[in-house]
Amino acid sequence: MKNRIKVLRAEKNLTQEELADIIGVSRQTINAIEKEKFDPSLPTAFRISKLFNLKIEEIFNYEG
Amino acid sequence: MKELRKKRTKQLAIWTMLWTLSMALASFGPKFLWDNNTFLTLLAIGVNIALGIGMILANRRFVNDGDELEKKIQLESMGLTLGLAVVVGLAYSLLDTTNLISADAEISVLVIFIGLTYITTTIVNTKKYR
Repeated sequence: MKNRIKVLRAEKNLTQEELADIIGVSRQTINAIEKEKFDPSLPTAFRISKLFNLKIEEIFNYEG
Repeated sequence: MKELRKKRTKQLAIWTMLWTLSMALASFGPKFLWDNNTFLTLLAIGVNIALGIGMILANRRFVNDGDELEKKIQLESMGLTLGLAVVVGLAYSLLDTTNLISADAEISVLVIFIGLTYITTTIVNTKKYR
């Protein structure tokens, strides 16, 4: 699943470590999501969407 | 999150070490420490089982407190390890019962195989998501 987390994170000047702490996951998980190797769970997607104040579909793009 | 992960890893390491030591005590104690005293041997095996249960519960807490990716890595690693242990373990047993190998099939060999498989699959799966 494609996503804009890396760009959004950079706009907020957050490191992967800082974003991981805010969302409540490990840095490795944020890295895997950014590299599109791992799709986050719905609660994690909602937490990310809330943090960036955007709708989930504005961050994640599912091409099924 | 990180602190909890460190705490759970440390707890699991301590329980595993205690269980391993109790296994060594129950294995070698009867011969080298208490001259095959039945009561002490049963006590050592009881302690070993109790510590083993503690280790299993510590492992459950370790997995449950991981985040979603860590749980996925554990699930994939444990699934592969279980599958390989059943298939390879039964094949190993067949080699023994059909006398295709000269030595008896030992459970310790299977335990070593399970340990090495779990370590390998965990490393491979962790690298996969890097």
